Amino acid sequence: MAEHENGKISQRGSTRRVFLKNSGLTVGGVVLGGALGSLLGGSSEPASHTAPAAPALTVNPAEALMFFTPEQYQLTQAAAERIYPKDDNGPGAMELNAAIYIDHQLASPWGINSKEYMAGPFYKAEETQGSQIRILRKDLFLLGLKSLDAYSSKKFESNFIDLAPEDQDLVLTDFSEGKAPDISGVKSTLFFNLLRSMTIEGVYADPVYGGNKNMEGWAMRKFPGSRMTYTQEIQKEQFVKLDPQGLNSHMSH
Amino acid sequence: MATKLPKVPVVVVGMGWAGGIVASELTKAGIKVVGLERGKDRNTSDYAMGHDELRYQHREELMQDLSKETITHRNNEKMRALPMRDYGTFIVGDGVGGAGSHWNGQTYRFLPYDFEIKTLTDKKYGANKLNPEYTIQDWGMTYGEIEPYYDTFEKMAGISGETVELYGKRSNPYPTGPMLKTPIMNMFEKATKNLGYTPYVIPSGNLSESYENPDGISRAACQYCAYCENFGCEYGAKADPAVTVIPVAKKTGNLELRTHSNVIEILNDGSKASGVIYVDTITGEEFEQPADVVVVASYVFNNARLLLNSGLGKPYNSADGTGVIGKNYCYQVSSASSMMFFEDKEFNLYGGAGALGIEIPEFVGDNFDHSEVNFIHGAGIRVTQYGNRPIANNVVPKGTPSWGAEFKDQSIKYANSFFPVKSQGASMPYRYNYLDLDPTYKDAYGKPLLRMTFDYTEQDRELVKYMSKVTHKIAEEIGADIIDTNEKQGDFNVNKDTNTHNTGGVIMGSDPETSALNSYLQMWDAENVFVVGASAFPHNSSFNPTGTLGALSYRAAEGIQKYIKEGGSLV
Ligand SMILES: Cc1cc2nc3c(=O)[nH]c(=O)nc-3n(C[C@H](O)[C@H](O)[C@H](O)COP(=O)(O)OP(=O)(O)OC[C@H]3O[C@@H](n4cnc5c(N)ncnc54)[C@H](O)[C@@H]3O)c2cc1C
Ligand code: SF4
Repeated sequence: MAEHENGKISQRGSTRRVFLKNSGLTVGGVVLGGALGSLLGGSSEPASHTAPAAPALTVNPAEALMFFTPEQYQLTQAAAERIYPKDDNGPGAMELNAAIYIDHQLASPWGINSKEYMAGPFYKAEETQGSQIRILRKDLFLLGLKSLDAYSSKKFESNFIDLAPEDQDLVLTDFSEGKAPDISGVKSTLFFNLLRSMTIEGVYADPVYGGNKNMEGWAMRKFPGSRMTYTQEIQKEQFVKLDPQGLNSHMSH
Repeated sequence: MATKLPKVPVVVVGMGWAGGIVASELTKAGIKVVGLERGKDRNTSDYAMGHDELRYQHREELMQDLSKETITHRNNEKMRALPMRDYGTFIVGDGVGGAGSHWNGQTYRFLPYDFEIKTLTDKKYGANKLNPEYTIQDWGMTYGEIEPYYDTFEKMAGISGETVELYGKRSNPYPTGPMLKTPIMNMFEKATKNLGYTPYVIPSGNLSESYENPDGISRAACQYCAYCENFGCEYGAKADPAVTVIPVAKKTGNLELRTHSNVIEILNDGSKASGVIYVDTITGEEFEQPADVVVVASYVFNNARLLLNSGLGKPYNSADGTGVIGKNYCYQVSSASSMMFFEDKEFNLYGGAGALGIEIPEFVGDNFDHSEVNFIHGAGIRVTQYGNRPIANNVVPKGTPSWGAEFKDQSIKYANSFFPVKSQGASMPYRYNYLDLDPTYKDAYGKPLLRMTFDYTEQDRELVKYMSKVTHKIAEEIGADIIDTNEKQGDFNVNKDTNTHNTGGVIMGSDPETSALNSYLQMWDAENVFVVGASAFPHNSSFNPTGTLGALSYRAAEGIQKYIKEGGSLV
């Protein structure tokens, strides 16, 4: 298999598989076949060659997209990774599948603000009056992603995903401080806050929602997840480390 | 047109603590009750998948659907009120059990001082201690008179606690002993004792031991499972109307509970009610339920809103201070706190319970001298252990970024090594803090939303400044490596998480000119309407409200029985 198909890949000195992984064109380690052609400039290599031979049963069926296009997914992964990066503590948002979580949430009734008061009129709010925007979360998120790329291109002449991590941080800082241009009349901070809170949720919510892969988000902070009782542990002076358990552990009860 | 149903003796609007207690007391006495609840029916089997932080805490599974109904808010009369579109500062209950299903269970009594706050303040500090814009007033009932009802509520709920010297006299000890003490509670206990204070374990509706109440309801002990605040208890260990009073009412055969029934109007001729109109929220069909007595128990906001939308009682007018419906809305003042971080200590903070904690009584009410300060009343200073769930608890020392590499590292480093000394302060009523109808925004049924005009006052801000110093002193005595003290009360922000202790709007008192209800929570202006809940509080104390609203609910239930027998105004 050709290791270096274009300049970008050799720059990173990665194998094709590693590149695909790093660039986020994988869902839970499975290479996204469809996205391949477009990214690699019409490479004729059939997707089946690059798909791992892993038996289907070991793949989590929840690791698939319901909302994002592969490109949007990839960009979300890159941005979420900067919010919660991989480090000595353990995996970052990308490996923990936070972007899968975000995808699933935006596809859910929450993505269309279904439990919120959405009747007009909409007026500009004071600081103390909460968000007063008509734009649905799912739309704000997609517009925000577009804006991330547009702003990166303006600032660094490159898409967000291709920037060095330090530059990605500079872009996100501008979004967080509202210094990036407004998004359909809404401060960039609002998109940033959505991205931030969803990333934290994706890293720490129960794995049933698609993120917090293998409960590694919990393991990093020694959080035991969902157990029925802590009567003993809370009385102990010493820290008691317990392996995390997810909601599915209650299915046998 | 609404379908008219056969008349019943009593209709109760809302099936939380207030409605549940009234329903159980009346049905036990043989009175037929129709209970209307806008949400669904609920019991412990609903909580089998309950340990889900995202679903219950952050997506508010058990709370009111804001797409149907919310409040609007402005800080002052110059601002335009805008709807609270999603949850921020407080959350509102829904379904059988109401907020009593997802509350924490911290169950206090108010102080003798609270019930006579105006008289006692004037007596000790003179009539000018607070400026006249603070509309503090006595409750029309003394602590001695409410004490037996507190006792009844505590026995029904099985409250676990210990007697506190500096509080009102008790006719009986708590029915169950205090909750367990954890290492962080021990640290607080030791430090506050060193400083000369007398810490006590917070009285709890999470049972410290298994318990059978006088109604014959048995419940198991709390497992400190950490999914309590915002969640239902799958063990039934937490006192919840859906596991205590409502099953009792159902068992009598005298309660007809209708869920998915949203009441939109109290029918009345200005001096008496003839029933209510409600909408079946599933089909959209409208019904008229005639009744001899109407009990409004639909939480602070809807209690005030239903009266205003029904033209019952005189609406409050801030311009001249007349009228009563909407008056004396209060909140809780809880910004004073000191966050402590520890370099080489880890605590088992993943476990805990909704009412697990310890506090000191020295800074509540008039337990300290207020001669030299510009506020009255005070705060409970406390350490709690609810169980730190990971989405909600990413606390980092001041100056740490809120995202990125450093954030991740610090939030993980301190995940099990931080806890705050917090305060829960009293909120005093103010002439320009009130509830009325919003001129613009409507609910799903076309009725005006409730508009809240509220901001923290100078009194509240002074209180926070003072209490933050107390929390700092205790944190120093505990000896943390980093202490971040918050000294300021910012503006009230409808989007910022604080607490769900709303009070007032339909207040009790001894004078129909300045209050809406008498001490049986019977309306002065309509003798067959009883408005039950924390909406009846003329001010908010430094304690969580439910113990007091529970006691008042028992008192109201007694009043309703008396009214059914004797008629007329009970006071
Ligand atoms: C997360 C949380 C933690 C809390 N912790 C504590 C604590 O530790 N200690 C404490 O003292 N208090 C606590 N509280 C507050 C406590 O829950 C409330 O004070 C108490 O439950 C209020 O009881 P209620 O019966 O007045 O109202 P609710 O419990 O709100 O019940 C009102 C019921 O009326 C129904 N209703 C409303 N409008 C209508 C209508 N139009 N038609 C028909 N039905 C209607 C609602 O659906 C609801 O079921 C907490 C609250 C929350 C949300
Ligand atoms: S902490 Fe106790 S009372 Fe609360 S839900 Fe768990 S077992 Fe029930």
